[in-house]
Amino acid sequence: MLNFILRRLALIVPTVIGISLCAFFFVRVLPGDPILAMAGQHGVTPERYEILREQFGYNLPIWQQYLDYLGNVLQGNFGVSLSTKRPVLTEFMALFPATIELALVAMLFAVAVGIPAGIFAAVKRGSWFDQFTMGVALTGYSMPIFWWGLLLIIFFSGYLGWTPVSGRISLTFFLRPITGFMLVDTLLYGNWPAFVSALRHLILPAIVLGTIPLAVIARQTRSAMLEVLGEDYVRTARAKGLSPRRVVNVHALRNALIPVVTTIGLQVGLLLGGAILTETIFSWPGIGKWMIDSISKRDYVVVQSGLLLIALIVMAVNLLVDVLYAVINPRIRVK
Amino acid sequence: MSEIQATPAPVKAEFGAGLREFWHYYSVNRGAVIGLVVFTLLVLIAIFAPLIAPHSPDQQYRDALLVPPMWDAMGDPRFLLGTDPVGRDILSRLIHGARYSLFIGLFVVVGALFVGVILGVLAGYFGGWVDAMIMRVMDIILAFPSLLLALVLVAILGPGLFNAMVAIAIVLQPHFARLVRAAVMAEKNREYVTAAKLSGASHIRLMLITILPNCLGPLIVQATLSFSNAILDAAALGFLGMGAQPPTPEWGTMLASAREFILRAPWVVTFPGLAILITVLAINLIGDGMRDALDPKLKRS
Repeated sequence: MLNFILRRLALIVPTVIGISLCAFFFVRVLPGDPILAMAGQHGVTPERYEILREQFGYNLPIWQQYLDYLGNVLQGNFGVSLSTKRPVLTEFMALFPATIELALVAMLFAVAVGIPAGIFAAVKRGSWFDQFTMGVALTGYSMPIFWWGLLLIIFFSGYLGWTPVSGRISLTFFLRPITGFMLVDTLLYGNWPAFVSALRHLILPAIVLGTIPLAVIARQTRSAMLEVLGEDYVRTARAKGLSPRRVVNVHALRNALIPVVTTIGLQVGLLLGGAILTETIFSWPGIGKWMIDSISKRDYVVVQSGLLLIALIVMAVNLLVDVLYAVINPRIRVK
Repeated sequence: MSEIQATPAPVKAEFGAGLREFWHYYSVNRGAVIGLVVFTLLVLIAIFAPLIAPHSPDQQYRDALLVPPMWDAMGDPRFLLGTDPVGRDILSRLIHGARYSLFIGLFVVVGALFVGVILGVLAGYFGGWVDAMIMRVMDIILAFPSLLLALVLVAILGPGLFNAMVAIAIVLQPHFARLVRAAVMAEKNREYVTAAKLSGASHIRLMLITILPNCLGPLIVQATLSFSNAILDAAALGFLGMGAQPPTPEWGTMLASAREFILRAPWVVTFPGLAILITVLAINLIGDGMRDALDPKLKRS
C-alpha cells in the first residue's frame, strides 16, 4: 500500500512543477504592468518605478524570478495581494472555509439524493420512475448553473420571499469565526437564530452547486448498479432465497459503490469551477468569487498563487481518491 | 423521422451498411431521436435566422422597453417573448444567438479534436518519452478546474468570443488526447497493424490510416459531449463578462446584461437560459444515444 502511494506521489512531482510554471508564466503574459497596477490611478515617478521594480525582483532574469517564486512558495510565502496588501495565503485561508462549506453541503445534497435515486432507477429498470429520474438527471447535467441560480432566486427569493438573495449570513449577526464554517460556528456559539440565518443563506447556493454532481452521481450509480445486478454472485444470492432488499443492499450496493466513490472524488475540480459561477451569483465570499474579482482587478499575485493553490488542492483530492480506491478495491494496487 | 434516416447517401456499400446498423441501434433510444430532431431544428433556425427572426436583433424599440411576453396582460403582440431593457426583441435575439452557440460548439470541437487527436496519436504510437512529455502536459491542464483555466486564458488573450473559444478548446482538448492515446495503445499491437508494418507502411500511414479509424467510436461520443460542454462554458464565460461582448446576442452574454432586472422582469433572464438548456440537453441526448449505439457491450443481437 505504501509502495502504491509513493509511486503515485512520484508521478505527481513533475505535474506540480508544471503547474507552478504555468501559474507563474500565465501571469507574466497577462497584459498590463504589475507595478502600474499596484500604484493605482495616481501612477508613479520613473525613479520610484525603478525602485519598486527592484524591490519586487521584476528586474531579474525571468528564470531567476521563477526560482525565487518557487523558493518562497516552498516556505509558505505566496506573495502579497496587490489590491489589499495582505498576504495571499492569509486571504485564501480566510475565504477557503466558505467555499469548502458550500461545496461540502452541495456534495452532501448530491450524494443524499443522487445515490438513492440511482439505486431505485436501476432496481426498477424501465419503469416510469427510472425514465423520469434519468430524464431529470440528464436535464440537470445539461443545466447552465448560472441560469439555474437566477431562476431559483426569482422563485424562492423574489416570488416566495423564503431565502435571502446573497451573502453567508444576515448582517445583523456578527460572530468572530472559530472554524470559519458558518453552520458550525453559529452552533458553537449556541446562537440558534444565527444558525437558521446561515442555513437559509446556504441552501440555494448549495442546491445550485450540487445540481450537476447530483446528476452525474445518479447516472453513475444507476449504471454501476445495473452492471452489478447482472453478475453471477447476485444471481446466486437471489437463488439462495435472500430477500430482494438484502440482495440489493448487501450484495449489489457495496460493489456498485466502488466506481461511484471515484466519481464523487472526480467532481471536486468541477465543484471548484462551479463555485466560481455560484459564488458570483450569490455574492458568496469564497475563493471562486475571490479569483474572479482578482482577475478583473488584474491582481497578478493573487491570480498566480490562487491558481497554484487551487490546482494543488484538486491534485491532492485526486490522489486521495486514488488511494481510497486502492483501499476499497485491492485489485488496483497490483497494476 | 424517416427523412433523417434517408439523408446520408451511402459512400460505399460497407459504409452504408455500417450506418444502417448504427441507425438501427440509435433509433431504439427515443430520447436520442428527439434530441436529433431538436438539434436539426436548431441548426435550421441558425442557418435561416435572418429570415425567421421577426425583428433585427439590434433594433431598439425605444417605446417598448422591458415589455413582457405576449401572453402577459401587459404584453405586446409585436414581441412574442417580450423585449429587453433597451427595447430589443428577445425572440429575435435568441434566434440569432443560436448561430453563435452552434458555431462555438463546432469551432471548439473541431479545434480540440484536431489538436487532441494529433497529440494522442503521437503519445500512444511512439510511447516512451514522447508519451511521458505529452501526457504530463495534459495532466497539468486537467489539474486546473476547466472554467477557471479558461477564465485565466481569456484574461491573458483579452475578453472576446474568439479568445473564449480558443481557451475552451485548449481546456477540452486533453480529454481527446487521453482517449485517443488509450485507444491507439490498445490497437497498435494487433495483428493487422503488424501486417501493415511488415508490408512497409510509413509511421504516418500506420498512425492515421491504419490505426486511427479503429478508434473512432469513443471519439465521436467524446466530440458530442464536448460540443455541449463548449456551449455551456462559452455561455458561462459570456455570463462572467469574459466571452462574447454586448451587444452580441450570445445567450450567456444576454443573461449577464439582464441580471439586474431578474426580479422586475424575469422573462429577460428566463428565455436565454432556457435556450441554452434546450440546446445542451438535445446534444447530450444525442451523445447518450450514440454511446449506446456504438458500445458493442450494450448491443442486443
